[in-house]
Amino acid sequence: MHLDPVILSRIQFAFVVSFHIIFPAFTIGLAAWLATIEGARLATGNPIYRRVFDFWLKVFAVSFGMGVVTGIVMAFQFGTNWGVLAERMGSIQGPLLGYEGFTAFMLEATFFGVMLLGRERVSPRFYFFACCMVSLGTMFSSFWILANNSWMQVPVGYSIVDGRIIPADWWAITTGPIMRVRWPHMLLAAFLTTGMCVIATGAWYVLRGMHRAEAREMLHWGLGLVAVLIPVQLFVGHLTGEYVLKHQPAKFAAIEARWKSQQPASEVLIAIPDPANERNLFAIEVPKLGSFIASGSWTSREVGLEEFPPEDRPPVVIPFFTFRIMVGMGLVMLAVSWLGNFLRWQGRLETTRWFLWCAFASFPAGFIAVLSGWFTAEVGRQPWVVYGLLRTKDAVTPSLTTGDVLFSLIAYVAVYAVFISFGIYYIYKLLREGPTAEATPVRGATAKRPMAFADDAETATGATVRIEG
Amino acid sequence: MEASNLALFWAGVIAVAILVYVILDGFDLGVGVLFGTTRDEAHRAQMMDTIAPFWDGNETWLVVIGAGLFAAFPVVYAVFLGAFYIPVLLLLFGLIFRGIAFEFRYRSDRMRWLWDWGFCVGSTVVAFVQGAAVGAMMKGIPVANGQYAGGALVWFAPFPILTGIGLVLGYALLGAGWLVLKSEGELREWAYRRIPWLAGGVLAVLLLAFGVTFDFGVIARSNLQGRPWGLMFPAVGVLALVGMFVGARRKHDVLPFAMTVLFFLAAYLTLGTMFWPYMVPYDITVANAAAPEESLSFLFYGAGIFVLPVIAIYTIGVYWVFRGKVRKGYG
Repeated sequence: MHLDPVILSRIQFAFVVSFHIIFPAFTIGLAAWLATIEGARLATGNPIYRRVFDFWLKVFAVSFGMGVVTGIVMAFQFGTNWGVLAERMGSIQGPLLGYEGFTAFMLEATFFGVMLLGRERVSPRFYFFACCMVSLGTMFSSFWILANNSWMQVPVGYSIVDGRIIPADWWAITTGPIMRVRWPHMLLAAFLTTGMCVIATGAWYVLRGMHRAEAREMLHWGLGLVAVLIPVQLFVGHLTGEYVLKHQPAKFAAIEARWKSQQPASEVLIAIPDPANERNLFAIEVPKLGSFIASGSWTSREVGLEEFPPEDRPPVVIPFFTFRIMVGMGLVMLAVSWLGNFLRWQGRLETTRWFLWCAFASFPAGFIAVLSGWFTAEVGRQPWVVYGLLRTKDAVTPSLTTGDVLFSLIAYVAVYAVFISFGIYYIYKLLREGPTAEATPVRGATAKRPMAFADDAETATGATVRIEG
Repeated sequence: MEASNLALFWAGVIAVAILVYVILDGFDLGVGVLFGTTRDEAHRAQMMDTIAPFWDGNETWLVVIGAGLFAAFPVVYAVFLGAFYIPVLLLLFGLIFRGIAFEFRYRSDRMRWLWDWGFCVGSTVVAFVQGAAVGAMMKGIPVANGQYAGGALVWFAPFPILTGIGLVLGYALLGAGWLVLKSEGELREWAYRRIPWLAGGVLAVLLLAFGVTFDFGVIARSNLQGRPWGLMFPAVGVLALVGMFVGARRKHDVLPFAMTVLFFLAAYLTLGTMFWPYMVPYDITVANAAAPEESLSFLFYGAGIFVLPVIAIYTIGVYWVFRGKVRKGYG
């Protein structure tokens, strides 16, 4: 691979955004989970919900903090490395991403503060209301990110005046048909990600014979939620595929590794795409299924990559595999949640250790699905950064040299290796200890400092003696 | 081309946000710089207490600046971040390490040295790159076709390096003033002793920067010539320095911090007089840089009239709740 500022900037963006997305995906789900469990406590008065809530609140605080910090890095990437994109598309992307930053602020400054600091200071009903608002706030935050990205996938609602991109219809930009399927797809992905983590955590405690009452709640709620949501997600995912077929046929062909147009088209289940010779090696194909998946007909003609000029074709290998990994993870979630509910119905859930091990091991299924799904969407959009309007190779900051970007990429990898691994280790420690104590803030804590609430897991910070202030 | 009212509104918002950011994050970064100059654990813990409820909210203003520029003046956002590619990288790393160090030093003794080091170095680096960026801006940012057209090290020349050191000392001065304002006992005395030295240091670095390394040719490109009244701002700055010495000598707890704020305000207005109406000196004006009216108004009806007041109220609220001297820590 020839290194230049474009490819290095792409790798850098992929690197920092991949480490960012895992935290928001987790926190969107966690916020909804916390609101649900607080609602259940309010309805039943069962003290176990309070212990479960306080435990997950600490995990939420740490991952929220990690999400904010890695998100600030993202806010600068568009300007540092993608200067032409920022300058040309800033009239639309700037306000969308700006609103995301403002939304995150509003959330922290208001209801998140109540959630972290206000348990004793407000009525239980208002506290529950604050939890719901935080959950809505995290979803609203993702709304702006998805509006921005959906516009990059299928630009709508703009006009070009004197070569400048002018926003003509904000309603279309923020709530267009693409956005209406992609945002739910992401929200469901976030709920499933967290659901799998809650299931895995419960399974872990049962396997280790600890926190049994709390673990049972986590298993029941998590398995129930994932079992219901996964079919919905498969359906919404299918709708997402329809927009790709309609608006980005080259991406669709790349995902299917369909080099030549076919009628009827077969479905490549698995293969090793060989881009140099435009063919698939070791392919396992199902005749006619490709037409059915794309168009709902067994005989339709489906376009192959050959119909697009070489300079307009996306890479094939990455979207082909990441899409299949995403779908595979969906099937893992389906299997775990439905089997889990079956065992629960049979009354054997907490004694079937092999299943608990499987459930524990599938904790990253949601994260892997989110990452591979985003890789499919973003790599498949190439060679465009804003589909049809601006090519990725023309979007990079012109003053950057290969050395500049190599330096920053190595620096990001080094800093993130320390920072992210520490954050993940910290969350791991919290999860391993489990629901032990109430969540209590340290002095001087505000909602702007969510990390200040994760005051357990002392060993993670290298403490041997707890220092009291 | 005249700037529209909305463009002026957003330019004003960003200008105010920069000033608020410099003063608010300035004092907590300055406390971070001073943190490295003492080994006394009691002092260090007390220093952390004086900024604990504020520092993260202060950084919100940096987000307001970044988000505001991208949304309202995308070309300025693109040019600045391209020109200051490496300083921005260092700024982000400095803020990350500082933030983590802040949360974890409380809970750690075996690794506390690492967090302490991260807190001090992170704060110093952030202050330095901001000062260096201002110095580079005064020299002028080369622009071609709406993009930065220079090398990656334009900020690493003698003059910007000196302005960077100047801002490290300036923030430390704000930090010392803040410590005097918020603490009692030994730490307050400790901070008082540092104020004259820091004020002298700022003055010395500025004299060196302008006397030896500044190319006065750029004054011709700037707007200072047409605005001789702008020279009153540096004069106010000198008076503010004198006020700091007086405040430190008389042990008037509010005066050093207030005078340092006045000093920063004077420096800021001097720069404003030099640059206005340029946003990227000396190439791109407010009018040239403004996003289309459709973007500015979309931003105005949500962020402008709703979010910004909430940010202002939140900021004032936090400072009100945690007002006064820190006694036994906030609980």
